[in-house]
Formats: sequence, C-alpha cells, structure tokens
Amino acid sequence: MPVGVTVDHIQKQFAGGFRALRGATLEIKPGELLALLGPSGSGKTTLLRLIAGLEVADDGIIRFDDVDAQSLTLRERGIGFVFQHYALFRHMSVFENVAFGLRSRPRSTRPSSEAIKNRVNDLLDLMQLPDIGHRFPAQLSGGQRQRVALARALAIEPRVLLLDEPFGALDAKVRHDLRKWLRHIHDKTGYTTIFVTHDQDEALEIADRVAIFRTGQVEQIGTPRDLLNHPVNNFVSEFLAETKQRSDYSTLAS
Amino acid sequence: MTEIQLKDPMRDPIGWKKEDERPRLDGGPIVAGLLISLTAILIIGIIGLPLFAVFAAVLTAGAAEISATLTDPDTLAALRLTLLIAAIAVPTNGLIGLAAAWAVTKYEFPGKTLLMALIDIPFSVSPVVAGLVYVLLFGAQGLFGSWLDAHNIKIIFAVPGIALATLFVTFPFVARELIPLMQAHGKLDEEAALTLGASGWTVLFRITLPKAKWGLLYGLLLCNARAMGEFGAVSVVSGHIRGLTNTLPLHVEVLYNEYQFKASFIVASLLASLALVTLILKSAVEYFGRDAEATNPIIEAQN
Amino acid sequence: MRPISLMAVPLTSSISRNSETRVTTAKRIHDTQMKRSRVIPGFGLSLGIVLTSLSLIVLIPLSALVFKAAGVGPSGFWYIASSPRVIKALHVSFETSLFAALFNAPVGLLIAFVLHRYRFPGRAILNAAIDLPFALPTAVAGISLAAVYGPHGPLGSVFAGLGIKTAFNPTGITIALIFIGLPFVVRTVQPVIDEIERETEEAAALLGATPFRTFLSIIFPAILPALLTGFALALARGVGEYGSVIFIAGNLPMISEIAPLLIVIKLEEFDYGGATVIGTLMLVISFALLFGINLLERSARKHFGHD
Repeated sequence: MPVGVTVDHIQKQFAGGFRALRGATLEIKPGELLALLGPSGSGKTTLLRLIAGLEVADDGIIRFDDVDAQSLTLRERGIGFVFQHYALFRHMSVFENVAFGLRSRPRSTRPSSEAIKNRVNDLLDLMQLPDIGHRFPAQLSGGQRQRVALARALAIEPRVLLLDEPFGALDAKVRHDLRKWLRHIHDKTGYTTIFVTHDQDEALEIADRVAIFRTGQVEQIGTPRDLLNHPVNNFVSEFLAETKQRSDYSTLAS
Repeated sequence: MTEIQLKDPMRDPIGWKKEDERPRLDGGPIVAGLLISLTAILIIGIIGLPLFAVFAAVLTAGAAEISATLTDPDTLAALRLTLLIAAIAVPTNGLIGLAAAWAVTKYEFPGKTLLMALIDIPFSVSPVVAGLVYVLLFGAQGLFGSWLDAHNIKIIFAVPGIALATLFVTFPFVARELIPLMQAHGKLDEEAALTLGASGWTVLFRITLPKAKWGLLYGLLLCNARAMGEFGAVSVVSGHIRGLTNTLPLHVEVLYNEYQFKASFIVASLLASLALVTLILKSAVEYFGRDAEATNPIIEAQN
Repeated sequence: MRPISLMAVPLTSSISRNSETRVTTAKRIHDTQMKRSRVIPGFGLSLGIVLTSLSLIVLIPLSALVFKAAGVGPSGFWYIASSPRVIKALHVSFETSLFAALFNAPVGLLIAFVLHRYRFPGRAILNAAIDLPFALPTAVAGISLAAVYGPHGPLGSVFAGLGIKTAFNPTGITIALIFIGLPFVVRTVQPVIDEIERETEEAAALLGATPFRTFLSIIFPAILPALLTGFALALARGVGEYGSVIFIAGNLPMISEIAPLLIVIKLEEFDYGGATVIGTLMLVISFALLFGINLLERSARKHFGHD
C-alpha cells in the first residue's frame, strides 16, 4: 500500500549558520510522483535527506501516514534512496548491490536466497538490464549505473522512494530518455515517489505534482498545469518562464 | 624553435633516450646522467651500505655458526617475546586505529582536531621518553610502584611493561593510514547502505572495511615493523633479563656489548630480513591499492 | 611516510546561535541536534574506544611525567636542568640533529627531484630503498652504522685516511642521524613535487626559461614548505633518536653523550628525578617542534592551496 508523507513546518539550520529550511510544509499523496523543484540552496535536497533520515531536523514534524518518521532511525524508515552519484558499492557486483538491502535484513525477516535471486533478476529485467548481474559498477555506463541504483532502492520495497537529482550526472540525451522511463517505472510499481531536480522540464514533464522551493520554503505546490496557468507569485511564474514559452503543453503529465 | 609535443612525460622516459622535439626541461642527457648517478650513489652509500654490512657478517659466517646462534635458547626466547609483543600490539592498535578513523571520519564533534593531535603524540615523542613514562608510573619508585609491589604484580622489568611501552610507540600507525583514506572515501556509501536497512556492523564489515582494506593492511604492516623492531622504549622498561625480558633488538645489543659481534649481526640480519619483507609487502600493497583506486574512481558527492 | 597532515583537517564549528530564534528554542534545537545528529551508528562505541585507549596508553602515562616533574619542584628542576652534563647532552642531541637535517634537506630534495623527473633502470628499487631506515629496527641500524663508519669499516677507513674520524664522536652521531632522517625529507617532498603540473614547467620553458631557472622560480618555491616540513620532521626524529646512535656515538659524557642516553643512565642510577627533568625537557622540545611543523603545514596550505 503506498504511503502518504506529511511535512509540517520543518526547520533545518546547518553548522555555520546556513538556514536550509525555514518552516517548509507540504502534503504528499500516497502513490503520487512529486517533484521538488527550485534553485540551488532552496532546501529541496535537504528536505529529501530529512525525509530519508540522513539529516536530523531542528524543528517540525515528518509523518509517514500516521507514523512519526523522526521516531524511527535511518535504518527503520524503510526509505529507498537514489543518490545523485549513484553510490553503488564499487567492490560488489551489480547483483550483490541490488541484493544488499534484502541480505542485510535480520534473519527473521530475510527472504531465502532463492527468493532474493528472483527478486533481483525481476528488478534488473524491469530496469531493462537483464544480463549484467555479474558485472561491476566500473564497467557500466552512467545511465546503467543509475538504473542499478534504482533497482537497489526498489528491492527493499520501500515506504517511499526518494531520488536526489537522479539524472544530474548524465548527459542530456540520456537524461531525456531516462526521465520518461522513470515515469513508466513509477506507474508500474506505484510507490510514493519524490524526486529533487533543478530542471523544470524534467519536473513538469513527468511529475503528478510539483512543489516549487525558494529559500527554505514551499512557494507553491500543484499540478504542472496549475503552476503554469495560476502561478501564485512572480517568483513562480518567472522560474517557470522558459517552459511557459513553449505553447505545446501536450508533453506535460496532466 | 622545434615543434613541441605535449605528451605526458611520465610515460615517455627521459634520460636514456633522446627526445629532440621536447623542450629542454631536463637539462639534457648529460645532466640527467650525472644527477641520476649522483642520486644512486647517495642512496646506495647512505642507505645501502649499512644494510649490506648486516648481511655481510652473515654471509661470511659458516652455516654452523649461524644455526648455533639462531638456536641458542636466549635467542629463541627473545624471538618468542618479540612475536608475542607484536601479537599483542598490532591487533590492539589496529582496532583502536579503526575506531579512531571511524569516529573522526563519520561524525562531526567538538575537539576533533585536538583528538587527532593527541593520537599523533607517540609519533613525535622520543622512544626513551616513552619508556620513561611507564617506569615513572609502574616502576619501583613510580606512582603505583608500592601498590604493585604489595600485590606482587610486575609490570616494569617484565613482559607487561614491554607490551605497554610498545603499545605506546605504535599507537598512531594504523590511525594515521586510515584517517586520510577514509576521509577521502566519504560517507556516501555508508549512508546508502543504511537507507537499505543495513545495521552499523554490516556497514562496517561489508562496506567500509572492503574499501579501506589496503590502507588498513599498510598500517598494520608498519605497526608490526615498529612493534618488532622497537628498541629505545623497550630498553628502558625491560630490565634486560636474559631469556626473560629481552626482545630480539635488545638481544642484538646484549650480544654486541659482549663483543660477540658475529652473533650480534646474525640476529640483526634476522631483523633486517623482516624489514626487507616489510618493504616488499609495502610496495605490493601500494601497487594493489593504487590499482583498486584506479579502476574504481572515487566520486565525491556534491551535497 | 606521510607528514602529520591529520592536524590540518578543519574542525567544524558547533552550531552558531541564530539571533532570530528565542533562547529557549535555540537551546532545544541544539540539544536535539547533539542527541540525534549521529545518523550513522557507532559514535559512542568508536569514540569510547579511542578516548579510553588514548587515556590509558598515552595520556595517563605522560601525565606521570608531568606529575613527577612537578614533584621535583621548580628549584630542583632548574638545578638539574642547568647542570653542565644535562645541558651538554641536550646540546649534542640538538646540534647533531640540526647538522643531519641540514645535510638531508638538499640531498633529500635532489633525490626526490631525480626520482620524480627521470625514469631509469633500478628506479623502483632505489625508491623503495628510501624507506629502509624507517622500517629497520634502530638497534640493527645502530650496529651496522658502527660497522660501516667505524675505524675498520669500509667508509670509516676511507674517511680516516682523509683525517676525519667518523665514529665514537659527534660526527658519528650526525652520520647516524643522516641515515635516520633521510626518508623524512624525501617522502615529505615527493608528493608535492609530483603534484607540480607538467604544463607549468613547459609554459616556463616556452617563455624561455632555462631548466635551472625553471627549477629556481617554479619548482623550488612550490616545494619549499614541504621541504621545511621534512626538515623539521627529520630534526624532531633526530633529537629523540636512541638505538641507531648509541653504538656509533662513543657515549662519552660531555662530548658525545646524547640526551636520551643520559635519561637511561639516570634511570639505571635510580635518579628518577634527573631522568624526569631531562624527559620533560625533551618532551617540551618535541611539542615545540610539532607545533612548528603544524604551523608550517597550515601556512603552506594557505599560500599554496594544495589539497
């Protein structure tokens, strides 16, 4: 069952005084594909990491349905996280990478090695990487690595799937192909998915809803059409100006 | 000006081959030859000769004399003690070094710089002072001297004292190797593993250690070489009791002072062989470690 | 071996108090931060192991020295510290280390430069050999140096023929410290020299600089901080050296007696007070040199921006 995420007035300040989040609030619907969009330093990656448990908030509430996320440790949250630079384990094969989460479970909940094998192979098939289980990350292209990272995160059947600028390290053509494919994967698997990007086209093209960030707060959240047709202020309309110029909105997810 | 080829010079040997196209950065083959010869002479003269002197004595001794020296009970006792001390010091400081590297590279906390400076202290203290502080602590006139005497516990002039002094001088070796290495590796893989549900121990054994294994090995190697070869600190705490509290280096001194020069050099060559093995293994680790880093480039996360 | 670069890692400042938030909220945030900010498990255990072992093995024993030194009392301390034999011993240790380090600096630089610039048969072996004095037990080094530079040794006899006595005097000590200190200079300079971009040198050459001038104005300034650091490391090591020196030194009080040996002698005479005083002085010198090295490395980082 997909899970909804509630973020309520999150504050986060880093050592040195930089306030990344100043009371950010948003409601993420179960099963939706949400984009966090905004300029650098607007707090979107910080919020993602807070939801994952990779950072600790100074103040505010994060909930997964009714559960207080911040009472759970990083390990307990069951978050699937795809890092910008993949963070694949270089000394392990692709198979071992994807299987890692399942193998790390305590014995009582760990699936049999047969079940793990099947799951890994199913995921690799889903990622359109059928025969590379034995290869090592260094032997893969950037696009392949990112798909392996996604498979790895999906293997643990996460509550929520989080992606931090997943295509940021890839070249334009690969980025374009992969974003459509991410939408396809989301539709197939149905997990609540949140991804961070600074690329408006990417956000507007595939997300169900987009949250626009600015200096630590959410400026506006809505479907791509809503944002383009009814921007709540100048910042939002100017930020989306480039996309607005294109009269053809047919590529947008509705 | 002749055409310049901007090739990587490290792949094109300079010195013994003429490269006319290259701008004269090396002063020409004559200068090169002179400098290289001078360097070789310096290294061989300063470092090579003493090493050769150690083995020269062994090579000129007969097989009988060599085996007699090496099977002498005092020599064997010294060997056993040296191995015992190494077996205590190396794993202990390896563990401590790993803990130190983990604490320093995975977390932020106040006093981190001070901690690292403190860890480095034994590296800069004279070995004799290292022994001295333990004598002052546990020796007959030491702070705990009378207490130890009352309980009949011997630390100074006994094996525990030697172990402690050796632990002191070898304390920073593994930490010094691991900290820069694990710093460069970053925390990203560990964070990824944690999001996937791994426990802290799983992360340590399956993620962190495999990445750091060459650095750890390197540090353990150096730690071992120092632990087996330590002289000054051990000399102060040991009491030089033949057959009981003499390590191999101390035994070398004992033999030398008794004018048994040949025997002294024979035992010394044993230690020198250990040093050579250490150097060879060290080069091997550097080679494999560099290979491992090259095929798996470190990508630093930009957060 | 690498220089003590551990200390140059910057310490992150603790959370600054934001003037906007009220005091109570700021405190609550800070406390939460301190309690829950360790996302990666194992902080308590790892720090605990380090602090415990550090205290037990290093700090408490060192404090015994300080304790004992305090027990000697300031006047007692001064009396011992100013006695001629102690002063001379410290002088011998420091002077010989200084000369050895002064020799090792240019020689080490030359070796590092040649190993970096040229490829030739045997380069790898010579490079590995540099580490030998570091890996060799000091007692082994000691007796072999005495053999080589003693009156009947291969080099000793050559020098004797030239009228220079190379053993059983301060000269012998200096020679031993040269052996010991050379790797420190070479290994500290090498990584820095390797870092110098080839293009920089080529640019200089294109602009018409001779190799010599390139060396002087491009290479040398860049490696100077590393050279100074290596010099200081060799110096610090030499002052405390014991095993490699005592066989070749001659150990005559007031002439060729080094400070560490005097400590040992005092201990054998059960003059704990005397040993403590000299030990404390040596510790102070070590720390002073360490501090100097740290400053050097920091300023090198600032001026030359090396990673």
